[in-house]
Amino acid sequence: MTDVLAVAEHRRGDLRDVSFEVITAGRELADEAGGDLHLAVVGGDVDGFAERLNREGVDRIHTVDEGEEFNHDVYAQALTQLCDEVDAGYVLTPNSVNGLDYAPAVSNALGLPIVTDVIELDAGGDGLVATREMYGSKVETTTELDADRAVITVRGAEWPPTEGSGDAEVSAFDADIDESAVRSTVTGFQEAGGGDVDISEADVLVSVGRGIEEEENIGLVRDLANALDATLSASRPIVDNDWLPKNRQVGQSGKVVTPDVYIAIGISGAVQHVAGMKGSDTIVAINTDPNAPIFDLADYGIVDDLFDVMPALIEEFE
Amino acid sequence: MKVLVTVKEVAEVEDDFEIEGTEIGPQYLNYDLNEWDDYAVEEGVQVGENVDDAEVVAVTIGPERSEETIRMALAKGADRAVRVWDEALEDVDLLDVGAKVRLLEAVVEEEDPDLVLSGVQAGDDAFGATGVALADAIDFEWAAVVNHLGLDVDEGVAHVHRELEGGVDEVTDVETPAVLTIQTGINEPRYASLRGIRQAQSKEIAPKDLSDLGLSAEDIESDLRLTDMYEPETESDATYFEGGPEETAGQLADLLRDTGVAE
Ligand SMILES: Cc1cc2nc3c(=O)[nH]c(=O)nc-3n(C[C@H](O)[C@H](O)[C@H](O)COP(=O)(O)OP(=O)(O)OC[C@H]3O[C@@H](n4cnc5c(N)ncnc54)[C@H](O)[C@@H]3O)c2cc1C
Repeated sequence: MTDVLAVAEHRRGDLRDVSFEVITAGRELADEAGGDLHLAVVGGDVDGFAERLNREGVDRIHTVDEGEEFNHDVYAQALTQLCDEVDAGYVLTPNSVNGLDYAPAVSNALGLPIVTDVIELDAGGDGLVATREMYGSKVETTTELDADRAVITVRGAEWPPTEGSGDAEVSAFDADIDESAVRSTVTGFQEAGGGDVDISEADVLVSVGRGIEEEENIGLVRDLANALDATLSASRPIVDNDWLPKNRQVGQSGKVVTPDVYIAIGISGAVQHVAGMKGSDTIVAINTDPNAPIFDLADYGIVDDLFDVMPALIEEFE
Repeated sequence: MKVLVTVKEVAEVEDDFEIEGTEIGPQYLNYDLNEWDDYAVEEGVQVGENVDDAEVVAVTIGPERSEETIRMALAKGADRAVRVWDEALEDVDLLDVGAKVRLLEAVVEEEDPDLVLSGVQAGDDAFGATGVALADAIDFEWAAVVNHLGLDVDEGVAHVHRELEGGVDEVTDVETPAVLTIQTGINEPRYASLRGIRQAQSKEIAPKDLSDLGLSAEDIESDLRLTDMYEPETESDATYFEGGPEETAGQLADLLRDTGVAE
């Protein structure tokens, strides 16, 4: 019998969707391990959050009333203590940017192994088996844990959010925060630049990725975008290289877009990119690699060299 | 001021490959410096250029082959390097975060850096956890997914931006000594100059095995075991346009006209 401690996530006064996904994953894991699902919510309006998090599957909610916003030192300390207090075997957190800012510290503090970005969990057998991807989604792997306790971060959008209402017992956990060990301070937030266009408003996006190879070649996709009266967007490496401005970036750390048509050119379809475009109505992918994960989402595909296809495509509209 | 930059040589997989057991056939792998670490090296070298008496040390865990990669870090401006390897590591197919932390912790103890820079994640196993776990182990402060760094050496503060989801940066002050995990795009990694490449030939890459670091085989035991590797079943139900470029482009153009995207 092993209990699970899942951790909710919030930012600037709002719970993030992953909080409800981590409940679903935690419930499944707790059922397989034959234990209870505890949920921790640290900081912010903890009572209001606890009310909204009281959904089907949660046995107990622990509120830690420390600070307004996320601070990893507070999270790491509070969760380490709470895990000991409730004697949880598995600590389950979102594989978010903030999750990755405290979960590894919790694992180290508790002396537990950590397995991150998990897409499937199975605790039905002897130990825990976690499925994760490697090599940019080219392969999946199963990893067995030789320990019966672990810290696990789960990938977003792999588990559905829990929905039904719940009847968890809510209690305040009085964490003993060592202020001298809180050596970082969040001073604010900054939105990444507005700029000339809002790609999330576009009906048609022509989106370019690392397959374009050189800055000079961006002209090819720009020509297509112009011919279609579409908007130009990009995957992250194009923006990292300053070939297009940040406001053109689609994905987890860029914009979420939902156009009628999304044409992905030389984009592999990494999870952080897909997070920003999977809601597009019709997805077209042009890629030389028939196994590129972008084809899992695509409605239409061309497996070929973009440098051959693009000139022919532009010609069609001239 | 000493900056330690952790770098990893990662394998990139060719489009066509085969899996042998829990590994990808070595003939399908091409090795390169991890994309994220390239930015961490650049950030470290820039700190070195802006701070008096700074030393930039690159550290890697990797076999002899990885010297070629770590020499790239030296060619780009790191002053010297440490390469951790041991026969005992050769049979390990998955070095988990805990084992990596124990190795790096021993290096930190020897080097006593003021700042540790790592990449957000490695492109191959993508755990994205080593930097923060290391920080906790060596009692440094930390910040994950840093896309802006302003270092105030006198104040002992790193003013950082952490790149959150949805195009929002968290603005945070981090006391040093600290571990920062560096995100792509934070800077523009330089190409190694011919002069840099030449100089790198005479820079030191100190090999360290477990006993040099005061560790034993027990310290590299992983709690995780890779038990299977397979190509994910495709979920694709895409309609593929077939034929040469003219034909596929023609079919796609027809589709775009039919759906009203184009005239
Ligand atoms: C915390 C974090 C946040 C991130 N946020 C984002 C984000 O917001 N947005 C984002 O996009 N990424 C993001 N990433 C990066 C992401 O993990 C990938 O590295 C990135 O999406 C890859 O971009 P790509 O597909 O253009 O490049 P690659 O993955 O390198 O793919 C290039 C593709 O081009 C194909 N190709 C090559 N040559 C040709 C040719 N001649 N013709 C046709 N096809 C060709 C290849 O087969 C390959 O599939 C983030 C990563 C992290 C860790």
